[in-house]
Amino acid sequence: MSTDVDAGRRRFLTASVAVVGGVATVGTAVPFVAAWQPSERARAIGAPVEVDISKIEPGQMLTQKWRGKPVWIVSRTPEILQALPGIDDRLRDPKSIQNQQPRYAKNEYRSIKPEIIVLIGICTHLGCSPSYVKQDGAPLGAGWPGGFFCPCHGSMFDYAGRVYAGVPAPTNLVVPPHKYLSDTRILIGGGEESA
Amino acid sequence: MKAMLTGLLAWTDARFPLSKMWNEHLAQYYAPKNFNFWYFFGSLALLMLVVQIVSGIWLTMYYKPSADEAFASVEYIMREVPMGWFIRYMHSTGASFFFLVVYLHMFRGLMYGSYKNPRELLWVFGMLIYLCMMVEGFFGYLLPWGQMSYWGAQVIISLFGALPFGLGEPLTLWIRGDYVIADATLNRFFALHVAAVPLALLALVGAHVLALHEVGSNNPDGIEIKKDKDVNGIPRDGIPFHPYYTVKDIWGVAVCLILFAAVLFFAPTFFGYFIEQPNFVPANPLKTPEHIAPVWYFTPYYAILRAIPDKLTGVIAMFASVLIFFVLPWLDRNPIKSVRYRGPLFKLLLGVFVITFIVLGYLGTQPPTAAGSELGLRLGELFFSFFLIMWLYTRERTQSFNYTVLGIVAVLFIFFDAIRFDSEKSSLILVSSLLVIGYYVVFVLGSMYTKLNDPKPVPERVT
Repeated sequence: MSTDVDAGRRRFLTASVAVVGGVATVGTAVPFVAAWQPSERARAIGAPVEVDISKIEPGQMLTQKWRGKPVWIVSRTPEILQALPGIDDRLRDPKSIQNQQPRYAKNEYRSIKPEIIVLIGICTHLGCSPSYVKQDGAPLGAGWPGGFFCPCHGSMFDYAGRVYAGVPAPTNLVVPPHKYLSDTRILIGGGEESA
Repeated sequence: MKAMLTGLLAWTDARFPLSKMWNEHLAQYYAPKNFNFWYFFGSLALLMLVVQIVSGIWLTMYYKPSADEAFASVEYIMREVPMGWFIRYMHSTGASFFFLVVYLHMFRGLMYGSYKNPRELLWVFGMLIYLCMMVEGFFGYLLPWGQMSYWGAQVIISLFGALPFGLGEPLTLWIRGDYVIADATLNRFFALHVAAVPLALLALVGAHVLALHEVGSNNPDGIEIKKDKDVNGIPRDGIPFHPYYTVKDIWGVAVCLILFAAVLFFAPTFFGYFIEQPNFVPANPLKTPEHIAPVWYFTPYYAILRAIPDKLTGVIAMFASVLIFFVLPWLDRNPIKSVRYRGPLFKLLLGVFVITFIVLGYLGTQPPTAAGSELGLRLGELFFSFFLIMWLYTRERTQSFNYTVLGIVAVLFIFFDAIRFDSEKSSLILVSSLLVIGYYVVFVLGSMYTKLNDPKPVPERVT
């Protein structure tokens, strides 16, 4: 065995093994990280769903499942619609500036037809599904103009899914892309995606 | 026979350090002679870990980790598997007991300064264990696939959605493996719950015990027994862990198991605190239960999250409130370890912190109200203030230093109250601020103008 040690050569070999090994480790991590992404099957279940709204009564709410999430269709009475602008000053984004709705729903009612609103029933705070609480209804009681209340952290939304100021939820409820197939049939997930 | 066994031991010792390990960690590990009641909880935590592992292995024999079958398989275990209810309730009660024991163990550390030099790393390993336990508890709670499982997981995963720069949404998608909590989420949580996290937990427990045996145990007097050794190098105030403390701990184990059995047999859901009622309803992605709250051991942090009326700030504060324990050894560097030799103000500080933590925990289990959120916010401020005062009490501070700290704190808190000010809640905000003002008056001004923070002389030997 030779006693002459080429320290430089040894250092170079150590460093290059460390670098190559490091690259290999990172490379091997890629498939493990990628395996956590949604599978092809999960991606495929995003198809639009059709809803019949002919039986919906004024003031009533229908819930439909779309992409695993609850989608609400609420029929609003003329009184509800009239009252909507009256609470603008208590809301965080009364004009729907934030991109939480398709272009065709960016109006004072946040809907295509004023009386029918379509919303994704998931709170924009931490993903609970708020409850539909009519005017003065429990648990909010007298003085509540009606809308949606999230039981998890107390966020409040009006009848157009607009978020109140001073609650944990940062943005209005999302209006999903949708379109009318006829007067009484809505295709949720159809229509243009977003603004 | 005896000669044969001695021979076998010698044969083994020549090939594996059996006697060496036995001596190093038990028979010749010298622990302080003055351990008290609070020193039961380390070994009890180990006991609960074993209970969880054994009952957990049995549960995996019947549980089905799929969205379609999970709920039914748990009911199957409860109703049809022989003694299945016993094993399942042992696991669910065990989780709560594990946390209870660990919280008491951590409180012991706070009281006697067990995180201070040279035990900082021991404390950090302990905190990593605590973090792993939280992760483990969170994964495990999804598995029964009840309403609380589903919506609790939905909320916690959504926390990561608060990350800025558009990172939040992709991250939550990656964690769930689907656009909502789904079969993919359940399946991977199962894998993490039964394999990945327990492995990490066991490794960390090993590191925790090794670190402990390297530096030696602290004690209620906070005096290093290794500084006073006899001619044989054995601490004068130390006694061998085995048989002295093994026997003492067996007594603790017996008492703990009696209490454990009492809960397991007579109140396995513990009035909705160990298993919440909505979790006996199958998960329904379309409907959130009227009131959702995590299990009790998460609720102090959850109350802090919920009290802050801004999503990102709330999430940051919640994570910070867990992680701040990690840096405690570097915040509190007061040379006196044990609460016994610190002034009355320090005892009060610790007491107030415990009350803060418990009340926060209670608030976290309750439905959100304006008054509750306000109180939660103030107690959250007191929670963090505890760590600030611990740092402040590290050494004698000059008057100007104390007033500067008070000034900075006042500016921060007033600024925070100003940005969240709401005319409807003005009286609530003003009244509740008295809590914080009182806290700082007592603990900062109190230490400056009274003798209540003066330490007592620390004895040379343990008492």
